[in-house]
Amino acid sequence: MGIEESGALSASLAAAAAWIAIGAAGLLRPASLVLASRVLFPAGAAVGCALAAWALQGVFATPQALVLPLGLPDLPFHARIDALSAFFLLLLGAVAAGVSLFASGYLRPGQGTSPGLQCLYYHVFLASMALVLIADDAYFFMVAWETMALASYFLVTSEHRHEEIRRAGYLYLLMAHIGAIAILLCFGALQAGTGDYTFHNMRELQPGAEVATAAFLLALVGFGVKAGIVPLHVWLPEAHPAAPSPVSALMSAVMLKTAVYGMLRVSLDLIAFPLWWWGVVALVLGLVSALGGIVFAAVQTDMKRLLAYSSIENIGLVFAGFGLTLIFRSFGMGTLAALALTATLYHCLNHAFFKSLLFLCTGSVLHATSERSLGKLGGLIHRMPWVAWCALVGSVAIAGLPPLNGFVSEWLLLQAFLLTPGLPQAYLNMLVPVAAAVVALTAALSGYVMVKFYGVVFLGQPRDARLAEAHDAGAWERTGLAWLAAMCIVLGLFPAAVIGLLDPITRALTGHGMASLAQGWLFLAPLQPERASYSALLFFAVTGLLVALTWLAVRAFYHGRVRRAPPWDCGFPLQNARMQDSAEGFGQPVRHVFEPFFRVEQSAPAPADARPSYTEVHDDRLWHWLYLPLARGADRLTGLVTFLQRGRISVYLSYSFATLLVLLLFVG
Amino acid sequence: MASLQGLVAQFAVLALTVLLAPMLTGWVNQCRAWLLNRSGPGLLQPYRVLAKLFSKEVVLAHNASPLFRGAPYVIFGCLALASAIVPKIGTDLPLNAAADAIALVGLLALARLFTALAGMDIGTAFGTLGARREMLVGFLAEPALLMVLFTASLISGSTSLATIVEVLAHREFVIYPSLAFAGVAFTMVSLAENARIPVDNPATHLELTMIHEAMVLEYSGRHLALIEWAASLKLLVYSCIGLALFFPFGIAERGDWRGLLLALPVLALKLAAGGFLLALIETLCAKMRIFRAPEFLATAFLLAVLAMLLHVLLGG
Repeated sequence: MGIEESGALSASLAAAAAWIAIGAAGLLRPASLVLASRVLFPAGAAVGCALAAWALQGVFATPQALVLPLGLPDLPFHARIDALSAFFLLLLGAVAAGVSLFASGYLRPGQGTSPGLQCLYYHVFLASMALVLIADDAYFFMVAWETMALASYFLVTSEHRHEEIRRAGYLYLLMAHIGAIAILLCFGALQAGTGDYTFHNMRELQPGAEVATAAFLLALVGFGVKAGIVPLHVWLPEAHPAAPSPVSALMSAVMLKTAVYGMLRVSLDLIAFPLWWWGVVALVLGLVSALGGIVFAAVQTDMKRLLAYSSIENIGLVFAGFGLTLIFRSFGMGTLAALALTATLYHCLNHAFFKSLLFLCTGSVLHATSERSLGKLGGLIHRMPWVAWCALVGSVAIAGLPPLNGFVSEWLLLQAFLLTPGLPQAYLNMLVPVAAAVVALTAALSGYVMVKFYGVVFLGQPRDARLAEAHDAGAWERTGLAWLAAMCIVLGLFPAAVIGLLDPITRALTGHGMASLAQGWLFLAPLQPERASYSALLFFAVTGLLVALTWLAVRAFYHGRVRRAPPWDCGFPLQNARMQDSAEGFGQPVRHVFEPFFRVEQSAPAPADARPSYTEVHDDRLWHWLYLPLARGADRLTGLVTFLQRGRISVYLSYSFATLLVLLLFVG
Repeated sequence: MASLQGLVAQFAVLALTVLLAPMLTGWVNQCRAWLLNRSGPGLLQPYRVLAKLFSKEVVLAHNASPLFRGAPYVIFGCLALASAIVPKIGTDLPLNAAADAIALVGLLALARLFTALAGMDIGTAFGTLGARREMLVGFLAEPALLMVLFTASLISGSTSLATIVEVLAHREFVIYPSLAFAGVAFTMVSLAENARIPVDNPATHLELTMIHEAMVLEYSGRHLALIEWAASLKLLVYSCIGLALFFPFGIAERGDWRGLLLALPVLALKLAAGGFLLALIETLCAKMRIFRAPEFLATAFLLAVLAMLLHVLLGG
């Protein structure tokens, strides 16, 4: 941990202010595409870079706090930056830089929100996420949190002329507010009646077990909604596809991580002594989300919905790691808690990069083909090679395959699971093999999903004649994609450096560092090298060397002749694009194996139907079991008080007055 | 041990494995022929096939992308590395520290991903069918393999393959229930992963029943040769994992030449016995319908999870 003072806190505040200013500048000429896309978005990207650079320093610096001259009288905003905040700020800045660059080339004059307004929402969204990460009292936190929710709501509904997008936006707003209420109540429980809502006070107080449990469960609901944990995930697969691609990328890559940040902040920092069963709850919810998310991703036919479900899976893995951290922490097994926390944070970072990369790739595909349905894409590797190769990097990374970054965090997570059998709880020990099996199954399924995604979109024959006119991404978009893809590779090849970065955080939150995990810069080894070790760079170098040697040897000993011919396909003369697997076809085995997960609605044509049509809808059971009954109940209850609705302002004002009087009665 | 001697030993082992892998395929085919009362083509037949394929020109579909052309090299490279990191004749080799059991599974998965993507690249009906089925087999077999390796790592307290082998080799010889379950699961997984009966038939001529062969239908010439060679390497890798986990005897623990040289005939004997057993299983079983493959693999997966649970419960 460094001792020198760093300007990370003032830099983050300055970055947030700069983003807001850039957003406001968009209002100068709201209809001007040139201003927004050539000046403001690149400027926003530069701010992101600067923020990342300062935050990188902030990770190693001592925590810094500041009382801002903002807020209500007697209720100023408190800001603080420590290693945990700085790490998430780094993630925000680095991803925002890539996404903003991409967005510079992505904006098009559409029929929805004007470019200037989009620019405003987008940058306010970025700034509010930065403020969430440095907020040091519940008031400031909630203000920033709600600003983030509202800004992202307006971004989701950019194309508000479409009915289904308005519906998705409404669902998102509703869920976001249910979550916000839970978070507010959680802070209320943590301040324990002192009326002092600063995080500093909450750290000092240390409530009893019941209050702490209530606070943890409320936080789990509140942040779980934002993170998209099953069963609170329903908004996510609706809202992410509805938003423009750079916004989907930001929401999935960064906004979900602010929820993880909140969860870590509350249960590892504000509450000093977690109970072991909290960890079990988080672990089980995480595993259910991971498996459910990836199974649903496998049957999707819309590429952005597929990625949204895959986000649920990844957040599930993050929560599983977080649950494991809590379990180890509560039993006082510091080193193991640090290992699990390292895996959790590493996976957050990885997911931020590969998921934003893939969402941006779908954005490019969407622009080039105006098609989101997997059933009408195909063969784009020929028309859009740049996007296709970047997407390949993202797909291999998200499938958790070496030597890219997704593998490293899954490796760490599995290592943490393998070390568990030392737990003092016998039942927990038995849970662990099952949990490890679920993680392994999820990882393998994500490979399946990525083959489906990549193979259907980029490989094969074009499934639609219009795809022949598809064009590759422009220079701005390519730069953004290349930056994110490069980070996926770098984070995969130099895990020791990343773990060095996470060391101050694990030290602060669990009391143990993980610097020993990195044996030099080349090898990664938790605990001792004879237990397990992995060297991504060596791995990559040897594989690359072998591939190159094989290529050279084949050419040296034999020849490199190639003849082009029509595809063979076992001699079948008639071949067209519709003979390839469709997205539904590719998902069929998963539908078959995981049938109980789905609610299937089929309609088969009658035998004598002249125009037969066949539909099969695979739906989320939870939606019908949990959400629709709840919605109906809420509808009925609100129906009871409709007589209060008079539609006249004077009546509503008198309601407010009456409420005030009643409250005064209590306070007085 | 990153010394020069270690590097030389590692390189020698790698080269030997890669060069001798097709012979194992040849041996299995020969045994199968004997069991079917045929005379068989001999051990060297795979080499003749490879030589033929290498010298033929590549016939490439018009719409083949660079990914299709590059994939055979990537697949071959991955499996060559995998064959180098599985302990075969010695545990003290430099690459053993670079990748552990999880990385090995990741490496095999990477090769599978590229095979499946290449299968989808041309956009033929059989190619995509094969890719889908291969990934179906993969998503159940991969976690099962991982669970088998985890059982061994829980026993030895390490995911490093070298340590696993060293610990398992030094335990007294009794049947551990967890390892027994893991062994059954592993056998099922390796049959599926190597495209063997009862899951897939490597010698089938019926496209509709194919899994692995359907994906590589469009390959020819040197590309096909590399893929066939990689398949041989995969068989060798799986055999060696099985031998290392369940029969870890006779593997040299220090990288000296004498130990390594002594371990070589032991390995050859073990592989010959394993290959014969594989041929026997293939001759005695009938191929399953593809729809029953998930059931078969799910059984393997559950057996492997049970093996882990048994270890936690019984500590053995």
